[in-house]
Order: sequence, then C-alpha cells, then structure tokens
Amino acid sequence: MSGPNDISEERAARYLEVQNSQEFAALRKKFRGFVFPMTGAFLAWYFLYVVLATYATDFMSQKLFGNITVGLVLGLLQFVTTFAITMYYARWADRELDPAAEKLAEHMERGTLQ
Amino acid sequence: MNAIVIPAATQVGNTTLNIAIFSIFVLVTLGIVIRVSKQNTSAADYYAGGRAFSGRQNGIAITGDYLSAASFLGIAGAIAVNGYDGFLYSIGFLVAWLVALLLVAELLRNTGKFTMADVLSFRLKQRPVRTAAAINTLAVSAFYLLAQMAGAGGLVALLLGITDRTGQSIVIAVVGALMIIYVLIGGMKGTTWVQIIKAGLLIFGAGVMTLWVGAKYGFNLSGLFDDAIKQAGNSNILNPGLQYKNKIDFISLSIALVLGTAGLPHVLMRFYTVPTSKEARRSVVWAIWLIGLFYLFTLVLGYGAQALVGSAAIKAAPGGVNSAAPLLAYKLGGELLLGVISAVAFATILAVVAGLTITASASFAHDIYAQVIKKGAVSPDEEVKVARRTAVVVGILAIIGGIFANGQNIAFLVALAFAVAASANLPTILYSLFWKNFTTRGALFSMYGGLISSLVLIIGSPVVSGTATSMFPSANFQWFGLNNPGIISVPLSFFLGWLGSVTEKEHNAAKYAEMEVRSLTGAGAEKAISH
Repeated sequence: MSGPNDISEERAARYLEVQNSQEFAALRKKFRGFVFPMTGAFLAWYFLYVVLATYATDFMSQKLFGNITVGLVLGLLQFVTTFAITMYYARWADRELDPAAEKLAEHMERGTLQ
Repeated sequence: MNAIVIPAATQVGNTTLNIAIFSIFVLVTLGIVIRVSKQNTSAADYYAGGRAFSGRQNGIAITGDYLSAASFLGIAGAIAVNGYDGFLYSIGFLVAWLVALLLVAELLRNTGKFTMADVLSFRLKQRPVRTAAAINTLAVSAFYLLAQMAGAGGLVALLLGITDRTGQSIVIAVVGALMIIYVLIGGMKGTTWVQIIKAGLLIFGAGVMTLWVGAKYGFNLSGLFDDAIKQAGNSNILNPGLQYKNKIDFISLSIALVLGTAGLPHVLMRFYTVPTSKEARRSVVWAIWLIGLFYLFTLVLGYGAQALVGSAAIKAAPGGVNSAAPLLAYKLGGELLLGVISAVAFATILAVVAGLTITASASFAHDIYAQVIKKGAVSPDEEVKVARRTAVVVGILAIIGGIFANGQNIAFLVALAFAVAASANLPTILYSLFWKNFTTRGALFSMYGGLISSLVLIIGSPVVSGTATSMFPSANFQWFGLNNPGIISVPLSFFLGWLGSVTEKEHNAAKYAEMEVRSLTGAGAEKAISH
C-alpha cells in the first residue's frame, strides 16, 4: 500500500524494534497510567456537576454566605480543578515523560536501542 | 450557542467611531500579515505556519480561534438574561480542553502533518478513511463557518446601525472578502497572527470591563449579585434551571460540549503550527488558562450587565441577548469603549472565519485532491495552489451562505458543529491513537455513523421544526424531542467503531509500530521549517 507516510524498510524495522522494547512498553504504561485515570476522574467530576445542576437544583441553590450559592462554588471549583490538572500534568510530563521519550527518539534516529 | 437575533430598531454608540476603530484593526493586522508572510512558499508554511510558532504564541492563537463571537457575546448575554445557566454552559467549553490536553494534542502533533485525516488514515486504508475524515472536516467547518457568518448580520445591525437586509449583506460580503485576503496573503502564519492580536484585544477588553464592574462593587461578588437580583426582580438568576428546561437535553448538550472541542478540525490543525509535541502541550496549557480566565470575566460581565443595564433593556436592544456585553461597555465607558468592544467583536468573526477557511481548504487540497484524487502524485506547490483556490471558493460560499442564513436560528449550527465533532471525529481519533485492533471498517462505521446519526437527529429535533423558535416554525416533522443529539450519537459512534473493528481482521503491524512510536516519542515527526 502506498501512502504519504512511506519510509524505508530499515526504518520500519527499527520502529518495530523500538515498539517491542521494554523501554517503550514502560513509557507507554507510564503515559496511559497517568492520562486514563485522570480523564476518567475529570469526566466523572464534570458529569457529577452537570447532573447536580440539572437534578439537584435545590441543593445547588443553597446559599453558603451572602449571595454565594453551592452551585457557584462548585462551578468555580470546576475551573480550579481544570487549572490544577493542567499544571499537574504539564509538570509531570515535562519531568517524567519527556526524558524517556527523548531517549527513545534518539535511539530511533541512531538505529541502536541499547 | 445563542442565536444572534435580528433586531428591529434603535442604535447606541457612534457608528463612525465603531467603523474607524475596526478599520484601524484591519489595517494594522493586514500590515502584520503582509510582513510575516514574505516567506510563505512551502506547503508547511501555508498549512502550518512553518511549524515555527512557540507554544505560548499558539496557545494565544488557539484562544483567539476558540472564543468566537457566539462565545464572547453569547455567553455574556446568556448569563445576563438567564443567570447561572449561562455560566454552566461556559464550564463545558473549558473542561473540554482537558480531553485535548491529556489525550489528543501531543500525539496528534507527533503523528500528523497538516490535517486531522493524516492521523486517522495513518495505519488504515488511506483513501476511504481520508475521504471520510475530509468529509467530516468539511461538514464541521461548514456548520461553524455558517454560524459565524450568520452571526455577522446581527452584529452589524447592533454595532453599525445597519438594519436593512441589503446593507447587512454588503457588510457580510466585506467581512468575507477581507477574510479571503488574509488567508491568501497570510496562509496559516498570517491567520495565526490575526488570532493572536484578536485574542489579546478580547481578553484585554473583557479584563478592563471586568475590573470596572468589580470596582463599582468594591470587588464584592455577593454585592454584584444583590444588584443583579434587584434589577431582575428574580432571585432565581443565581440558580440553575432558568434556561435549560429539559434535563436530558442539557445532559446531551454537555456531552457534545465536553467531547466536541478535541474533535474540531480547526482546533486540531493548530497543533501543527508548533515545532514539537512539548510545545503542543504548552499551547494547550496557555489556552486553558486564557480561556478559563475569559470565562471567569464573562461571569462578572454577564451579571454586571444584568445589574447595570438590566435584562429587559438587553432583550429589547438590537441584537437581543447578544447585546449584553456591548451595552455594558457603553454603560461603563461610553462610545469609546463600545467602539473598542465592537471592533473586537468584528475582529473575532474575521479571525475565526479565516481559521475555518484555512482548515477547510487544507482538508480539500491535502486530503481529497492530493491523496484521494491524485493518489499522492502532486507536487507540494500544486497542492498549495489548489488550497488557495479552495480558500477563495470556501470564502465565496461562506459569504453566500452567510447572506442566506442571516437571521436564521444559528444556535443549531454551532450545536451541530460540536455534536458532529464529538460523534463523528472524536471516537475515531481516540480509537486510532489508543486501540491496537482498530480497523478501517471501524473508522468508517464510526465516522459516517456519527455524522449521519447526528444529522438525522438534528433534522428531527425541535430546533429545525415544530416550535415557534424553530428554523421552520410553520412545518412540523420533529420526532426526536431533544435539541442536541450528543446523548445518542456519541455512544452510538463509539459502539459502531468497536463493532466495525471486531468484525474485521486488519492489522498493519509496521504502520502501527511507526504510528505508536512516533506518537509517544516524536521520532520521525514533522520538523519545523527554519527560514
């Protein structure tokens, strides 16, 4: 099959070799081990908030102080968690993911794994 | 988002001043576009700005792309009129970015070249998958484009005092023509700079207004709410439920919002304008902070407009609900601030439309023309030539579509864009990035199934017929009951992707290895161009 992404046979073999390496398996596991649970968590928290806002309007309308309601606080907390997850992931990926990925990419370009 | 209603009468502010400020914006940005586009020669320049933007620049540009006129005027207006429900809406638009950050942006940047289809067809059968991805790209872009152009008519009425249809049509044509010029001269590089400038102006303008409102209330949110309640005569504006009466419908909308963003082709294409996946990550971080900050501003602006202008005055104004932010600007800073905010609103339409046009033209030239029709036997120069011609055609179609859609219920166009993006694009993007056994049949089932089911459900929804606010109020062929198809079409599309894949044996081990290693390590990813 010809396509726009054709590469040499040697390079294709190297991709397979890298994919089957322990280092790559570890990188993939690390990445998925972070992003999958995190995605599940923020989606669950978001839909919990949506369901509360649709079905528990009395609860959301309770005033905590002044005119500040539970709904407003929970809504603002969605902003807080979004910002927090963003910074946490970015820092984690810079520190944990990039060095391992760069190492594998270098190996890939040099053609040797070890 | 909210429909920009065609207004009936009166006009606030100084039309000449509005036009003057907008003209300055056009001249300045045009100058910058010409300057940065001197080396707009290669395909990577035209489609991806040479991949030379920094994460911060791209993050600001993404913000510019994402905060469309409907989002700027619509959300502020929704909060002003319906209170809490407008705020609720903005949260979905923000949280959606975490999907892009965690699952899509970096892997897409490492794997693809110019378009969404590059990634989806990487390890599957090129032509059928590319065709389907290009059709979905064009469909989403068309709905989004039409919504922006249709909204322009309402804005014109509000900001320039042009209320007759012919006058509005001329302004729509001028906006469209300007946009074509930006795209032709600037390509992705010029368009990105327009987005950056626009995002800066928008956030600065909204920030100034927010501080202004805040200062009036001693930065006491509760005090602002007090006044808003008094003005509205209804304490329910702080509670959910004023705008969204149908609970299932709102959940359906929430699904489309949170999953749609990471499937919008014009957003995805922006990740190719940076040199590495690390910069793609940085882009999303910047975008999330800026978009989040902006939505926090709209919370204050919306309630501020309710407290200081009043929802009755807003609804009665030309432009209806969408006039909340401009009316608040007028109330606070008089003609000058209104002029600035008006110019920002126009710049918003211009910039978003330019981004959509680049995406649509890239998808046609790169995917359909070069890969499907010519089977890859096209020089990059010829491909770019086709892309430029397509941009002109798309621009003309957008003008015509905008003129005809002027005054239409545009809410359904934006909802449709998000619903199609969430159901036709996102499942296939996630499957192809993460699921080893995903096949061509799975991709086609999911993409066409998502597209067709969301279209069919929208046509059968109350948005199109059966109620007084429908697109066709006199006809009644609605059967679906919900305004948004997401709750059905998104799970259906995920299911179809799975079903198609388990009934077919297809595995290109070499391509899969290349894609997976490339996506996670960046080895072999497209490099930036240095001039």
